[in-house]
Amino acid sequence: MDETGTRPEHLEARAINKHFGGVHALRDVSLAVERGTIHGLVGENGAGKSTFGKLVAGIYSPDSGELVVDGRAVKFRSTRDALLAGITIVGQERNVVPQRSVLDNVFLGRESRSAGFVNKHSTKRRYEELCESVGFKLPPDARVGWLRVSEQLQVEILRALVRDARLLVLDEVTSALTSEESQRLFAVINALRAEGRTVIYISHFLDEVLALADTVTVLRDGSVIRTGPAGQETPTTLVNAMLGHALELTFPEKTPPPRESPTVLSVRNLNRGRLVHNVSFELKAGEILGVAGLIGSGRTETARIIFGADRRDSGEIEVAGRQVELRRTWDAINAGIALLPESRTAEGLFMRRSVIHNTSVVHTDAISTMGLLQRRAERQQVNELVHALDVRASSPKALMDTLSGGNQQKVLFAKWLFRPPRILIADEPTRGVDVGAKHAIYELIVRLAHEGMGVLLISSELEEVLGLSHRVLVMRNGEVVAEFPGEKATAEDVMRAAFGASSSDEVDVA
Amino acid sequence: MTSIDNPQAETRPARKLTVGIRFSFLRDYAIIFTCVALFLALSLSSDSFFTKANLLNILDQSSALGVIACGGTVVFIAGGFDLSVGAVFGMAGVVAAMLDIHLGAGGALLVGLLLGVGIGILNGLVVTVGRINAFMATIGTNFVFMGLALVLTGGYLISVVNPSYSILGRGEFIGVKYDIWVWAAFALLLTILLEFTSFGRYVFASGGNPQAAYLSGIRVNLIRTIAFAISGLSAALGGIIVSSRVSTGQADSGASIMLTVIAAIVIGGTSIFGGEGAIWRAVLGILLLTLIGNGFDLLNINPLYQQVLQGLIILFAVGLDAWTRRTA
Repeated sequence: MDETGTRPEHLEARAINKHFGGVHALRDVSLAVERGTIHGLVGENGAGKSTFGKLVAGIYSPDSGELVVDGRAVKFRSTRDALLAGITIVGQERNVVPQRSVLDNVFLGRESRSAGFVNKHSTKRRYEELCESVGFKLPPDARVGWLRVSEQLQVEILRALVRDARLLVLDEVTSALTSEESQRLFAVINALRAEGRTVIYISHFLDEVLALADTVTVLRDGSVIRTGPAGQETPTTLVNAMLGHALELTFPEKTPPPRESPTVLSVRNLNRGRLVHNVSFELKAGEILGVAGLIGSGRTETARIIFGADRRDSGEIEVAGRQVELRRTWDAINAGIALLPESRTAEGLFMRRSVIHNTSVVHTDAISTMGLLQRRAERQQVNELVHALDVRASSPKALMDTLSGGNQQKVLFAKWLFRPPRILIADEPTRGVDVGAKHAIYELIVRLAHEGMGVLLISSELEEVLGLSHRVLVMRNGEVVAEFPGEKATAEDVMRAAFGASSSDEVDVA
Repeated sequence: MTSIDNPQAETRPARKLTVGIRFSFLRDYAIIFTCVALFLALSLSSDSFFTKANLLNILDQSSALGVIACGGTVVFIAGGFDLSVGAVFGMAGVVAAMLDIHLGAGGALLVGLLLGVGIGILNGLVVTVGRINAFMATIGTNFVFMGLALVLTGGYLISVVNPSYSILGRGEFIGVKYDIWVWAAFALLLTILLEFTSFGRYVFASGGNPQAAYLSGIRVNLIRTIAFAISGLSAALGGIIVSSRVSTGQADSGASIMLTVIAAIVIGGTSIFGGEGAIWRAVLGILLLTLIGNGFDLLNINPLYQQVLQGLIILFAVGLDAWTRRTA
């Protein structure tokens, strides 16, 4: 790359580190983005792509390391700081004012003024020029909330241009677009490059990245694996780089359920809008069934339907051979299903309540006599669980928000084990948890399965799915696209299925 | 002593932590300190404060709003807001006063209470099933029922001649008026409900994290509706106590109580964000407000300043709630 050194670097990251709680999200990330290029960023869920993008755009600030823009070291404390340096991000979620018009949104804070009043006429003229330059056709007076997601995206891009962003971070922008809309967006991105602007393009879609980008950087576990010209990569080489090899975690020994073990959960042709499409599978008592797939592939949505948390359009669910109608969460709980939700703070725990209250909340009726809670019995049962799961809290009366992430997660397990269910759906059970707690949770899951519970394990950490599961399902775009027996599933197979890379493509396992 | 080499890294998080703890400690117990301090100050500065007659008078003055603040606390903890208590207060008093001739005191009282429960359930349904913001929904129902009460009475006062109607507000049992007993019993009942039953746990869960509550199998909408029903019941009870005390039903008698009730709940330390709070906090909150008024009377301070002081205390209490959350 030194031979091409005529173009100066637009942005350079030097040994950047970023932690979230116990999670090391970026490790010594060093990376140079050349001016006027499209720089692709790929990696598994949680590899650190979005974190890096948000750091560049001033949403996060690094714990250590340096960000250099136009040759000068910068310290962004807000997105505003980044914008002053000509950098902005268009993220996964739309960031628009839905009640206002396209024009208002695009020129938010940059309206043409005369004598302190917004000059609508001249603003509109600027808008038309701008639209022409990038080839968008959006009615300026339309309410943004009524536009399609793809059009809202265009509004955000226009806004970035009005703010004179010379470096745009685009984070998974096509995930909500149709392929036709994506194609139009790519034309715009290419036009931006032609104007000399720089784009950092983050995406799960490897084909897109390869088609657009000049340079691609692969991240894994927060580290840069390599940076190189996109022309020298194929989806397969990228997947291999994203996976890596060294798996430092060790897993408990697998003990698959006996062949005659009864089916505890049977799901047939589950559908919900575009999120879940004809999902069918069976789960045996004592089995750990792993569900792999990218974020948004329909894993969580499927879990929520089975748990009665979301409606389904069609499909049948049988628990232990009997058809059940799970309309609400309590129906599922009564049928013996438990769900460990994806986000423990938002969906799982009551942060300002005690460990005791969090643990017994589902089953308070079971520890009441004549309508009154038997608080001593409650405390005793919680104490036993807290001991068994090795929850480290100053006291069972400690508030949840004083516990570490790993211990909070253990309380979430304790909550369901207060009255053990038949079926446990664990959605990202080790997210944001330190290594020690991870191990404890792995051992717990294996033990529960060994005792006869059917476990549906959803995880974005491939090692986890492969290391624990007796069988692995892979989901993509709301469908189950592949199934592997636990012993035979390889990371390459699963990733290829999850990313939709063609199966004829030979994977190089060097 | 071993951490000398890196003092910054050691002290920074530690300092943040103590500030957080100190703040939340302050929030948790500020109401107790304030009440005790004011009580002592008034005992020392006025001879007529610490007398049986004056203390009973303070309780008697607090009872009606105290009952309502206790019920309102349940709605607050469940993550709601009830601004319709004023209308229920007036309506229940009017209806009970009007029905006294037909049903006798007991029957009239019962119908008044049931009316409060009914309006509470309606509030709950509007907020949960109708998905209308609790704040706006109960402002709406407040107008509706205040208006209906005025329609019922034609704007006149309804006088009750039956002496048994005024027992609740004026009668005594072992030297203490009935309404004080009623308040004490109601507060105790709600405390048991919140702290010693499944329902209470569900109330805290529904207000603290409705998503997690639903994913724990809790019928969040039902719990919230019951909370509103309890608030409606308490507002009706408060209205009937006052109506009984003056042997009169007045449609708009509750027009100004709503803000006082909410102030008392918040001053006591129950969070306006839901999921946290306690009945005893509302009791102390109301007592604090009454003590302030009593102190102004006894010390002959211009009562106009009373509002200013109450306003400042409310700002302080709400600020404390918000700040401790930010540092947590």
